[in-house]
Amino acid sequence: MIRLSHVVKTFPNGSLALKDVSFHVPKGEFVFLTGHSGAGKSTLLRMLYAEERPSQGEVRVGGHLVHALKADEIPRLRRRLGIVFQDFRLLEDRTAFENIAFALEVTGARADTIPARVTRVLTQVGLAAKARAHPRELSGGEQQRVAIARALVNDPAILLADEPTGNLDERATRGVFQLLRDINTSGTVVVMATHDLDLVRQTTYRTIEMREGSVVFDSADEARGEER
Amino acid sequence: MRLLTREALLSFRRAPLLSALSVTTIAFSLFTVGLFGLIAINLREALRDLEERVEIVAFVLRGTPPETITLASQDIATFPEVLTVTYVTEDDALARARRELVEFRDAYRDLQVNPLPASLEIRLREGFRDAVHAAAVAERVRGFSFVEDVRFGRDWVEQLDGLRDLAGILGLVIGGVFAAVAIVIIGVTIRLTLLQRAREIHIMRLVGATNWFIRGPFLLEGALKGFLGGVLALVLCYAGYTAFRNNTSVLGGLVFFGPHHMFVIVVFGVFLGLFGSLVSVGRHLRTVSGRLDRRMV
Ligand SMILES: Nc1ncnc2c1ncn2[C@@H]1O[C@H](COP(=O)(O)OP(=O)(O)O)[C@@H](O)[C@H]1O
Ligand SMILES: [Mg+2]
Repeated sequence: MIRLSHVVKTFPNGSLALKDVSFHVPKGEFVFLTGHSGAGKSTLLRMLYAEERPSQGEVRVGGHLVHALKADEIPRLRRRLGIVFQDFRLLEDRTAFENIAFALEVTGARADTIPARVTRVLTQVGLAAKARAHPRELSGGEQQRVAIARALVNDPAILLADEPTGNLDERATRGVFQLLRDINTSGTVVVMATHDLDLVRQTTYRTIEMREGSVVFDSADEARGEER
Repeated sequence: MRLLTREALLSFRRAPLLSALSVTTIAFSLFTVGLFGLIAINLREALRDLEERVEIVAFVLRGTPPETITLASQDIATFPEVLTVTYVTEDDALARARRELVEFRDAYRDLQVNPLPASLEIRLREGFRDAVHAAAVAERVRGFSFVEDVRFGRDWVEQLDGLRDLAGILGLVIGGVFAAVAIVIIGVTIRLTLLQRAREIHIMRLVGATNWFIRGPFLLEGALKGFLGGVLALVLCYAGYTAFRNNTSVLGGLVFFGPHHMFVIVVFGVFLGLFGSLVSVGRHLRTVSGRLDRRMV
């Protein structure tokens, strides 16, 4: 589903954020992307949803050659992805329901299908009862669930999560993480950047560790006994 | 479509002052164009009377047989520029002089020999009453062997031409400057709206809305402002027109724009609004969203 080959990213200011990164994520996988702050996790995720272009190398996501996409081809890629962030990125002046519906409206979904689809994902994330709540009336964990519901509403093949539990307390973290696991169980690839090592150790999911723009550890290589 | 309209109207509600500013600048730019347009139109209307007097007079050599002149005048009447040809005989000329030139009535009465030549008075069709056409017709008439001299008030006709164009040009120049200002101001307001709505735009981009979908509301907003500006300009023009009409006594009355002109003004307003937002959205969309992405991570 995702394949990076020798990806290098140099920013105009000269900072080298990614140095020759290569890995492959097959269908159905859950992958942790770990590493200290500044290791290059966010930059790598931004490559996957075409917010940044690699300076060198190739990025393939679900059949798209992301490194070569033209600007007007990016929306098609993003409709197949769900993206969530540490800071939720909800619109404050809209309810949970409206926030999710917005994602459908602006991608041209048929108006009469929208309510049912929104209700379905709200139920999936366990917030059907809070459909009419505004973000400020929701806890951090609930806000992140709304954001996840919004990411899911277009039935993405891949969910990209950049520190989704970074702003959450332990209880909310567990809940959101469990939700992401459930989403993965139903077949969606999940790539989750995090530096919460407790979370990583709880499971046997594949872990890719980055440091200063390079992959320094990949549990998939370990399992296959390969050298990096 | 409903979404598009809703999002476009949102900015009027969120930034009423900025929206009012854009509408006002468009209105003023079009008001200026409109005002000078009105002047030009009314000048043209006033000149129409004067124009009718644009006349070419061909003086005929003494002793030319009337049949020759009649024949020639029939020929001249078929020129495409020519409306009418009137044959004024020597006697007609004298009679007219006696009638019109009261001061010389006595002098003319005592004449033994008529000193006035016969002439052909040629009037031109509308649209040909300018110096170029008058000169062309005069030149052709001069070609007739019995024609002694041809006169038309060249200077006078040329001044008429100049006056007619001046108001139009002045209006276009001043209006053009205002239009440029309007485009810039629309650009600025759209940019501020973009910043204000950076979150929406950012999320739209994240979930895969196409650029046209994102631009749509802004373009609609610009077009709407342009439309309102155009209508406001017409209202201002009408107010100015009424005020002027009531405070002066121009005989024959002033005229206002016809429906055709009004339509053009409003369409031009829409165009201004659309253009201003197109430029601004094109330039800032990516920057606004991208900046937000980095700030929020
Ligand atoms: N737009 C940018 N311009 C310049 N440098 C950047 C930009 N984005 C990220 N970087 C740099 O790239 C490196 C990796 O950043 P990032 O991917 O955000 O790390 P992480 O998400 O792992 O904390 C950092 O050194 C950061 O300063
Ligand atoms: Mg990061």
